[in-house]
Amino acid sequence: MADLVVQRPEGLYCPPGDFYIDPWRPVARAVITHAHSDHARFGHGHYLAAQQAEGVLRTRLGDIDLQTLAYGERIVHNGVDVSLHPAGHVLGSAQVRLEHAGAVWVASGDYKVAPDKTCTAFEPVKCDVFITESTFGLPIYRWCPDDEIFADINGWWGRNVVAGRASVLTCYSFGKAQRVLSGVDPSIGPIIVHGAVEPLNRAYRAAGVELPPTQMVVDVKDKADLKRALVICPPSAAASPWMRRFGADAQTAFASGWMQLRGARRRGGYDRGFVLSDHADWPGLLGAIGATGAQRIIVTHGSVPVMVRYLTEQGLQAEGFDTEYGGDVVEADVQAPDAA
Amino acid sequence: MKRFARLFAELDATTSTNAKVEALQRYFEQAPARDAAWAVYFLSGGKPRQVVSMSTLAMLACEVAAIQPWLFDECYQAVGDLAETIAHILPLDGEPSDIGLAQWVEERLLPLRGLPEQEIAARVKSYWRELDAQERFLLTKLVGGGFRVGVSKLLVQRALAVHSGVDAKRVAQRMMGYTDGKVLPSLERFEALVAKHDDNAPSPQDEGQPYPFFLAHQLDAPPEVFASKLGPVSDWQVEWKYDGIRGQIVKRAGKVWVWSRGEELVTERFPEIEALARTLPDGTVLDGEIMVWLDEPVDTPGALIGRPAPFSLLQQRIGRKTLSKKVLAQAPVTFMAYDLLEQDGRDIRSLPQGERRARLEQLLAGTSFKVSPIESHSTWLAFAAQREKSRERGVEGFMLKHLASAYGTGREKRGQSPNSPASTLGSDPIFLWWKWKIEPMTIDCVLVYAQAGHGRRASVYTDYTFAVWNRPPRDKHEADAVVDAIEKREPPRPDELQLVAFAKAYSGLTDEEFRQVDGIIRKTTIEKFGPVRSVRPSLVFELGFEGINRSSRHKSGIAVRFPRMLRIRFDKPLHEANTLQDLEALLKL
Repeated sequence: MADLVVQRPEGLYCPPGDFYIDPWRPVARAVITHAHSDHARFGHGHYLAAQQAEGVLRTRLGDIDLQTLAYGERIVHNGVDVSLHPAGHVLGSAQVRLEHAGAVWVASGDYKVAPDKTCTAFEPVKCDVFITESTFGLPIYRWCPDDEIFADINGWWGRNVVAGRASVLTCYSFGKAQRVLSGVDPSIGPIIVHGAVEPLNRAYRAAGVELPPTQMVVDVKDKADLKRALVICPPSAAASPWMRRFGADAQTAFASGWMQLRGARRRGGYDRGFVLSDHADWPGLLGAIGATGAQRIIVTHGSVPVMVRYLTEQGLQAEGFDTEYGGDVVEADVQAPDAA
Repeated sequence: MKRFARLFAELDATTSTNAKVEALQRYFEQAPARDAAWAVYFLSGGKPRQVVSMSTLAMLACEVAAIQPWLFDECYQAVGDLAETIAHILPLDGEPSDIGLAQWVEERLLPLRGLPEQEIAARVKSYWRELDAQERFLLTKLVGGGFRVGVSKLLVQRALAVHSGVDAKRVAQRMMGYTDGKVLPSLERFEALVAKHDDNAPSPQDEGQPYPFFLAHQLDAPPEVFASKLGPVSDWQVEWKYDGIRGQIVKRAGKVWVWSRGEELVTERFPEIEALARTLPDGTVLDGEIMVWLDEPVDTPGALIGRPAPFSLLQQRIGRKTLSKKVLAQAPVTFMAYDLLEQDGRDIRSLPQGERRARLEQLLAGTSFKVSPIESHSTWLAFAAQREKSRERGVEGFMLKHLASAYGTGREKRGQSPNSPASTLGSDPIFLWWKWKIEPMTIDCVLVYAQAGHGRRASVYTDYTFAVWNRPPRDKHEADAVVDAIEKREPPRPDELQLVAFAKAYSGLTDEEFRQVDGIIRKTTIEKFGPVRSVRPSLVFELGFEGINRSSRHKSGIAVRFPRMLRIRFDKPLHEANTLQDLEALLKL
């Protein structure tokens, strides 16, 4: 039986359906798993995405020809049965399920299996072939429960308030920022967000996700608030003159799965690193793969050779796809793109 | 262990010196003295001998985590640190305990040595279960003997001084030898570090204790500006800079101690020096250089007969466990005295340099000690000309010491002068010791292999192997043909042009430059051998080094001393890199 998804220079392609999944070059028809800029690019003719992704997609890509599906809703395109299922990565993230001539394939996009208040929880989907990401595909990556991480962040912020220092927490503007907001304790002090973050907050709130009150730095009336604030911004802003207003003694932190490693923490030059990731950790990846029941696994972006070898040793048929998504390098996370 | 792990995390998380001292102070206030004794030991560089090898620990961890060795290796490649890799892969299903650092070390870790392998394995496994990831990381480092943290000994001393109210210099003196591993840290030893004594005389517990070495700063200015920066030459004592082992001789109560700069007691390794020191009066401490001296007839008039032997000769001797007659005859050591720190039992470090020197000369007149000769010239430019003769004399350049300066502590930032009133310029960088070294030898060479670094350089290619041509390439085409052959993995033909590896270096570039080179290495990788990548030769580096010797251990037949990268020569085509013959020429210098 012919494969339902193959590699092409433009991206992952479904031959019978004649459409792409998260293509990196402009194509006529694209199914988009989520709105991060390496997966949702400009210039496609037609976009298909999950309903909940609409707000964030339009915030990032503007006026596009976008069709949406509720999670689990099925459509048939060129004889291929297409449906989207929650991936638990960010708001509106989806796994793409394809069914054709009796075969079921699922492309995961990016996913995490741990609960997250800002998006619908990951849902395992039975399939014959599972295309999985592998950003954190090494056994050294195992995440602590969210409440422990947020207790750490709140503690750090609270101590900085007492010391009269601003707490600048850098992270992806889309997804991670909102997850942090949903988890911190707003009674500690004011929350200031960078201009790259606020438009996405609006999209989240519009989609019904509850976030604490946030303000832009230009809205801050009392300068003393700057020293008590939790400041959320992308890493690029932390290296810019925008930071100066928070004072030379501002404490900086970075929230990312890469902060698991001491080397990355020290190289980043941040005062603190919080290990908070929107990707599955090693047990999460293996659990998700197992739950699909798939006998053939295709590994993309991340630790491809390691996962392929490991899964093969577990008796699965495993291979890799070359993709052009970020995620396999630390720097891709550090240089998170600014939202428009 | 929890308290020590928290301190480690705090020290590791910040680059601010003040924040580190504060964290240390907090720790010393809260920790029981018995634990603090061990914390001081580990934080100031103390390393108990490895109890269990890291490879054994890695195997154990694989077993506990049920992962294959190849997967462990992949993890290690990403982490860049074995202990951290182990900490991250172990399952998180233990029963936490909170046992103090001293109890951990004395009752659990040290007794592991010598136990049957299976017993060690069982114990280490159960210890891991009691700890969280951060504590496991520390435990593994302590057991495996690779503990390091970003604090200097000076910082630990500063924090202890603030904590106890004892002068930092006194703490430093008491800490000499604290980490040599001959006596284990204990409650008593910690209390002795921070005990208050009113008088300035060495107390009985300080018997045998040397003084902290005063270390020199690099002088990086052209001699033309010396007059304006340093003042007249007549204010300065100028000596040759020798390349041996800096040492201190302590003679008190009829006993002799010889200390190296590494704070190691080395008395037994240098019987000649011990014998020499027996002739000194009690209550004497000398600072100087331990070196191998070749007695040769002099051809230039001077105070000394002979010349210093190359450092490699001293190195061979340090490596020996037992000193045979042959070794003693081949590499006789001597002590080149620089300074007098204690006389008649009195600490005279605060006397001016000139005064200490006069007393030193008087004390050692007529003995077999060598006293570092003073060079005198009327201008700095004349010194600069004289410095050019350093290599032929087997020295590294000049040492500059202000005649009014006191003997300080470590590599402090400001020197002291007892002569100036405290209100004015009592402390000034001019009163430091300055090393005015000759320019390093340099070679333009080609990057051929790269390996990822460790710690903060994990996953970044920062350790490089460099090669030179075995003969000058005829032209660009001939060099390019060699590069093409390397890329096609053809073995080099012995008689033809080829690149010969001769040195490794991993320092000298900025983080930005390392990132840039890392990117090029990833794009030009030919093959991976474990952690090492061979690259298509394309980059020329200017490599600097302090010395060069023949070596039968290296394929090139040459070993260089302290190699480091001076700059990347993007402007230099490959075929213009240096050759083995150029290295040979440096050997003759």
